[in-house]
Amino acid sequence: MTRLPAEDPARLRERYPDVFNRPASARLATPLMLALALAIFIIGLVDLDFSPSRLIAGISQLGWITMMMLPPDPGSSLPAYLSALGETLSIALLGTTIAAVAALPISLLAARNIIPSALLRFPVRRFLDSIRGVDTLIWALVWINVVGLGPFAGVLAIAVADFGAFGKLFSEAIEAADRREVEGIRASGGSKLHEIRFGLMPQVLPVIAGQVLYFIESNTRSATIIGIVGAGGIGLQLAEQIRVLEWQKVSFLILMILVAVAAIDWVSNRLRFAIIGRRAIA
Amino acid sequence: MTSAVSILPEQQLAALSDTYRSAVRRKRLRALLSTALFLAALTLAAVGSEVNLKTFFTHFGNFVGYFDRILTLEDHTRVWTNFGEWFWGWKSWLKLLGETILVSYVGTLIGAVLAFSLNFFAADNTSPAPWLRFVVRRGLEFSRTVPSIVFALIFVMAFGLGPMAGVLAIAIHSTGALGKLFSEIVENIDMKPVEGVRSTGASWLSCMRFAVLPQVTAGYASYALLRFEINVREASVMGFVGAGGIGQELVVAIRKFYYSDVSAILITIIVTVFLIDIATGWLRARLFGGEARS
Repeated sequence: MTRLPAEDPARLRERYPDVFNRPASARLATPLMLALALAIFIIGLVDLDFSPSRLIAGISQLGWITMMMLPPDPGSSLPAYLSALGETLSIALLGTTIAAVAALPISLLAARNIIPSALLRFPVRRFLDSIRGVDTLIWALVWINVVGLGPFAGVLAIAVADFGAFGKLFSEAIEAADRREVEGIRASGGSKLHEIRFGLMPQVLPVIAGQVLYFIESNTRSATIIGIVGAGGIGLQLAEQIRVLEWQKVSFLILMILVAVAAIDWVSNRLRFAIIGRRAIA
Repeated sequence: MTSAVSILPEQQLAALSDTYRSAVRRKRLRALLSTALFLAALTLAAVGSEVNLKTFFTHFGNFVGYFDRILTLEDHTRVWTNFGEWFWGWKSWLKLLGETILVSYVGTLIGAVLAFSLNFFAADNTSPAPWLRFVVRRGLEFSRTVPSIVFALIFVMAFGLGPMAGVLAIAIHSTGALGKLFSEIVENIDMKPVEGVRSTGASWLSCMRFAVLPQVTAGYASYALLRFEINVREASVMGFVGAGGIGQELVVAIRKFYYSDVSAILITIIVTVFLIDIATGWLRARLFGGEARS
């Protein structure tokens, strides 16, 4: 076996000065950033009253709670839980659909290739941004003030929160659409509406459908939690059972949520592939 | 310029247009059927979620009026005419906001470190054993599917009221979400450096350290920053269940109808989230020069 000739370190240094003599700023940047991150972390731990004794006490308490959760058992309220789960799925489906239907026309107004004027687009975009900045749970609280406690408030909360998200996503999909088809319609004498209907919609609808399906899926999760503030669905049951320390029921409810989310995941994946074919989704 | 359009003979044309028409009809039928199915599902959902259009329309004025009310001070003037009165509690709100950001920072960091130590076991190409991969993957799936606010509710019971429960809830959820994203980055790496390192007789740990890690750190940091952004939003509602941060103040203001406070707190939250979005976006662009963005 032949050995490579041993390189003289001094010669290596001479040949690759960039590797051996990096400027101090480049060498120190990473450790400094890590030190800063760690410092903030420690300040955070102190400020948020993390103490080892609290942590240990909490973990032992958590271990006890976990023991109490086993085995999951719905007791006699299984029918109530199933109907609550149905309510949650209804909230997700209806809320997302309303949001999608309402967001489609608005998203046209926020797309660069439909409304070229930045002056007109800007307020629509900021409007959508500020809707998105408010969490679904906060919207749920607001709607509870308006239509009262119950799942309907949840539907409206999800519809409003997603309206902001959809407006942005749809307008991005529209901006990414191919111009040539629109120009083709214009060349054959189509009006502006014709351009949108026959040039744009066939391109963007599959993308939009994919996004809507994805949101129905993620809203199943959101819909489980808006019940915590009183807007219907399985979250209401979950929060109640946690407050009255019925841990076996809690674990059963969590299990139900997991199964429902997995099922919706599977269904919406199948549907998505059926709509747009087996390719990556934007 | 004129050009003749060639037209096929009658019989041939008839056969072709028949096929075309039946294809179109089949497509239309399918679209119609799926629309009908979808509408049926919607109706079912509407019944299930107690949609009541009458309530909606009679109370819709309330919704618009709500925004009118949260923008009015107690002396019936608009909020922006008297900033001092509108943001009267800004000192305590800013402190709570700082707490919210710290909660999401600490939570994200703990989650990122946990995800970092777990993701190599979850990735297809680096996992040392299939059973380990299965266990880690299911664990990550569990912690990301259970909403963080549910964890927060349970942790409030275990650790007591306060930001600690919020931090841990965010940490667990971030572990699940980041663990999946991290392991996807690892699955997309170039395996040649790994083979190179392994051929020198290195252990699994050295392979990860010297062949995998240099390829993935940029992506990891980018995703962690993105997660921090999301977690600030999540942390702002953690207070709803008593897990620290500004949410506590907001839920009290909404429930007790302190209208102008609601708008003031909402605006502080929105502005903060907005600023953090910009800051992390800038940081990511600086650190990674536009690549490794998602």
